[in-house]
Amino acid sequence: MPPKRKNSSIIQVEDVGMDVDAEFDSGSEDEARRKRIQNRRAKSQRKAKLTIEEEEDEDEDEDKAPRGRGRRKRPKPIDSDQDEEDEDKGKRQTATRRGRTTSKKKSDKEDSNDESGKEKGSRRQTRGKAASKTQKEEQNKDKKENAKGKVEESKDKKNKKGNSSSDSHNSDSENEEDQLSEGEIEALKEQVEEKKKLIATLRNKPWRMKKRLIILKEAQEFVEKFEGALGKGKGRKLYAFKIMMAKKFIKFKRDFENFKTACIPWERKIKEVESHFGSSVASYFLFLRWMYGLNLILFGLMFGLVVLPEVMMGLPYGSIPRKTVPRAEQETAMDYSVLFDFGGYAKYSFMFYGYYNNERTVGVLKFRLPLSYLLTGVGIFGYSLMVVIRMMARNSNEGGDGGDEGQFTFSWKMFTSWDFLIGNPETADNKYASITTSFKESIVDEQENQKDENIHLRRFLRVLANFMILCCLGGSGYLIYFVVKRSQDFAKLDPRSLTWFQKNEVEFVMSLLGLVCPPLFETIAELEDYHPRIALKWQLGRIFALFLGNLYTFLFALFDEVNAKMLDEKAVKNATEWAYQEYYANYSSFHNTTDVPPLNIPPADVVRGPCWETAVGIEFVKLTVSDVQVTFLTILVGDFARAVIVRFLNYCWCWDLEAGFPSYAEFDISGNVLGLVFNQGMIWMGVFYAPGLMGVNVLRLLTSMYFQCWAVMSSNVPHERVFKASRSNNFYMALLLLVLFLSLLPVIYSIMTLPPSFDCGPFSGQDRMYDVVLETISRDLPAFIGNILTYASNPGLIMPAILLMVLAIYYLNTVSKGYQQANTDLKKKMQMARDEEKNRRNNKDSTNQMMKDLEDLLPDKSLFKPQVQEKPPTDAAPEKGSKPTKMKPGTAGVNLHKEVSLASPNPRGPVSRGPGPRGGPPGNAMGPQPGPGRGRGRGRGAPPPRR
Amino acid sequence: MGNKQTIFTDEQLDAYQDCTFFTRKEILRLHGRYHELAPHLVPMDYTTEPDCKIPLALIVNMPELKENPFRNRIVESFSEDGMGNLSFNEFVDMFSVLSETAPRELKAIYAFKIYDFNVDNFLCKEDLEKTLNRLTKEELTPEEVDLVCEKTIEEADLDGDSKLSFADFENMITRAPDFLSTFHIRI
Repeated sequence: MPPKRKNSSIIQVEDVGMDVDAEFDSGSEDEARRKRIQNRRAKSQRKAKLTIEEEEDEDEDEDKAPRGRGRRKRPKPIDSDQDEEDEDKGKRQTATRRGRTTSKKKSDKEDSNDESGKEKGSRRQTRGKAASKTQKEEQNKDKKENAKGKVEESKDKKNKKGNSSSDSHNSDSENEEDQLSEGEIEALKEQVEEKKKLIATLRNKPWRMKKRLIILKEAQEFVEKFEGALGKGKGRKLYAFKIMMAKKFIKFKRDFENFKTACIPWERKIKEVESHFGSSVASYFLFLRWMYGLNLILFGLMFGLVVLPEVMMGLPYGSIPRKTVPRAEQETAMDYSVLFDFGGYAKYSFMFYGYYNNERTVGVLKFRLPLSYLLTGVGIFGYSLMVVIRMMARNSNEGGDGGDEGQFTFSWKMFTSWDFLIGNPETADNKYASITTSFKESIVDEQENQKDENIHLRRFLRVLANFMILCCLGGSGYLIYFVVKRSQDFAKLDPRSLTWFQKNEVEFVMSLLGLVCPPLFETIAELEDYHPRIALKWQLGRIFALFLGNLYTFLFALFDEVNAKMLDEKAVKNATEWAYQEYYANYSSFHNTTDVPPLNIPPADVVRGPCWETAVGIEFVKLTVSDVQVTFLTILVGDFARAVIVRFLNYCWCWDLEAGFPSYAEFDISGNVLGLVFNQGMIWMGVFYAPGLMGVNVLRLLTSMYFQCWAVMSSNVPHERVFKASRSNNFYMALLLLVLFLSLLPVIYSIMTLPPSFDCGPFSGQDRMYDVVLETISRDLPAFIGNILTYASNPGLIMPAILLMVLAIYYLNTVSKGYQQANTDLKKKMQMARDEEKNRRNNKDSTNQMMKDLEDLLPDKSLFKPQVQEKPPTDAAPEKGSKPTKMKPGTAGVNLHKEVSLASPNPRGPVSRGPGPRGGPPGNAMGPQPGPGRGRGRGRGAPPPRR
Repeated sequence: MGNKQTIFTDEQLDAYQDCTFFTRKEILRLHGRYHELAPHLVPMDYTTEPDCKIPLALIVNMPELKENPFRNRIVESFSEDGMGNLSFNEFVDMFSVLSETAPRELKAIYAFKIYDFNVDNFLCKEDLEKTLNRLTKEELTPEEVDLVCEKTIEEADLDGDSKLSFADFENMITRAPDFLSTFHIRI
């Protein structure tokens, strides 16, 4: 609508709207309308005051019917047309009344407008659009005239009361909220709630955007208009305030959402990868990003609750032995090689367990550091568990129920095999090829299910392959055990006499195994000749077993070392205690006093135990760092260098390097994901002994995000057999959960059973680490809580509790089975019902709301060739758009049954027909949405005739 | 930022956010992309809701759609006239439905429309053949295509009218494990 016409159109549209609505509401015909026009014209000649009353009455008449209907209809969720009518009415009434009271000119104009508005159909179409534009102005006017209007209105009220008692019930709610009955307020409230719900769910509606925008605007205006009308008397202000706050809150929430999505990093980067390599490779990066987020939170926990308090409020470096480098190591403590092995200053820093003091509280805040250390260590596990499980639940919700595998083999292949993310020609080609082969495979499967030519050979090969892989696994486990053992022997020797390799043997061997074994497994798996998807699962499982075996061998070896260290420590402890006793005895006997001053030895010289916790922490940190190095080196050499060589040597080589043997590397999704998962497992295990490990890991993930993104874009090629990642997504999560659980075990074991070192760490001086909790309970909490906890930890209570849990699990299991049964039954029933419905659906009126929306979404040819509408019987064929001829063979070949439903004009019915008068009753009979659907659809449908 | 105000009013942005799954930034970016497609056609200023449409040929060349075998159908099913001319509203609509956060039901509806080549609200054999030929670049023999289409209809058709209605399609697609992850385009 051209803006210059706005002014005139306000009035015009209002009135047209009113007329059309009025006629439409009461369901009357043209005659009635004409009569009314005449009536009105006659009325407009009368005096102003009279006009008001008369008009009011008439309006009432008009209103009564639709209002009643509206109320009856209200239970239905979205009844936009009806609402819109109501809304329009409200505005109309205020506007018209005002118009008439203020000036008579206007009413004259209206009349002329009414007359010219003979072609209501076309007008009605414009109404929606125009109204939405003009409504705003109206509102503004409303506001301006509010003050003025109130005085007038109060007069009006009196008049009306005199006139008719029923007036107060049906009259405009905005002006006379006070007189609304309870029921009406309730109804209005309900309506407003409905509108709000509509606004919230609008984005899920399969409507066109234009329609959505219009409906949104209408709903918003309705809510805005009538929200204020709710609430009565004193509560009104409060209500208005509440509404205002709600609005503010919504706004804030939206801004926050915007902010939150703006904070999600690497969106573009991942998108780029995604469009090049499809969703599978991208899933790795999404996983990496997710891990980064998780680690960032864990890092925040660890840093905020443990590291910072100790650094800020604890004793400074060099104040006590555990925070000082021993005298013997001081010369080399700053050497790069020492620091690189996390010895020297790094060992006696906040990165490791040993640095933390066992003072019960630190600083002015009386921060209970040891307690916080323990709780954070355990809390990290708790939080990770929660997050992983929540993520898994969400993933499984998304992934369809996946049941009835095999029921829809072809359909799924047909409709879901294309990955809409692909935006790279090479990947697309691969995808086409893989889809074709998968179809061919399915066809072959379908044609003959038995195609195994030599089942014995294959079985033999599979057994052989598994045997070889088991050998590999066992070998790698033994190798690690051997190496760790040897490293303990090396550790007893003088560190200066060792070579670099001897010092880093464990990490080196573990990384090497992780590097060599997966490709080896892949080669062996060739023997098995599985379907690639199954082969991938096997491969993942094997690599998982390898990593797990390695990790646990490493752990057991480590525990051996820890036990040895603890023996050492005992000796040192005894020696120190003995020395102290000697000192006290000597001092007291020498000076003949019991007041012995503490021994004054510089902290660097104090004899100290080996502090096994720090040693374990160092092992983990070293392992992580070497893992990072190996990963990056592999990428540089295996991917980048290879790509460079292939790319540039190809100019002067005797065979085609790019297509032939070395070719470019593919991105190894499974290997990378597993690497990430196990790295995370190591972090979880190690972080209790080395709080700084979290920081290292965050850095690692950050760099690897950039590095791998670059590497994959620069030197990798898309997979030849593109597979989708959706199902394996939860598989990764399951792996992560398993690893989390497995890494939880040793940590909890050490917390509960191993005695902490006597001279380092926050738990020194205690028998067990968890004693810190008991101490807090007994000393800081009120006695009764301690009592309760002692009762609760009584075996007599714990046993029944465990029993109860087992029972609960059993019960829930049974219930879920029952639900499953009910589910299948319901499915069966639904199918039956659907069949029945289909049979009944020979009357072409579709009952399904979805179908209605679908029909409404059909392209509207009238925008292009309006003349097509003139021949409704043939409209089905030509309107198939650019392919009218293609339609015919389809219909020609099918049986009668099909033809019947194809020929049914129904699908095109409501849209292609010209905008004729609206049939009232059917709108009622058809569900909640058809009202707005049809009305809007038609409003948009025909070319907008303008006068 | 200055240019934000000139492209859309705040109300418009809010309305778009209510109607789509996008954030403010994404809508502005979408407008940027839309503008990029035909700089001479699309005005930078959308506050007055100008009426302009971009033809199918231009939209289909977006890198996001370029490799998609169903690109023409996607654009056509989102255009109001069925010819593939998209106004900005429809453009936003398209990517909103194809965005990650759109619910399965909504996606199913539009997927159905996309696969419905002859726009009769049924997936008949002819539609399936076209779908299949686009998926495989017509590398299957006619017999194979025939077999696959028949099998598909056999699997998914519940009412035995040898074509797939939306109910059939929905029933089938809601169980597909890969549907959500593959039927989306990031923009």
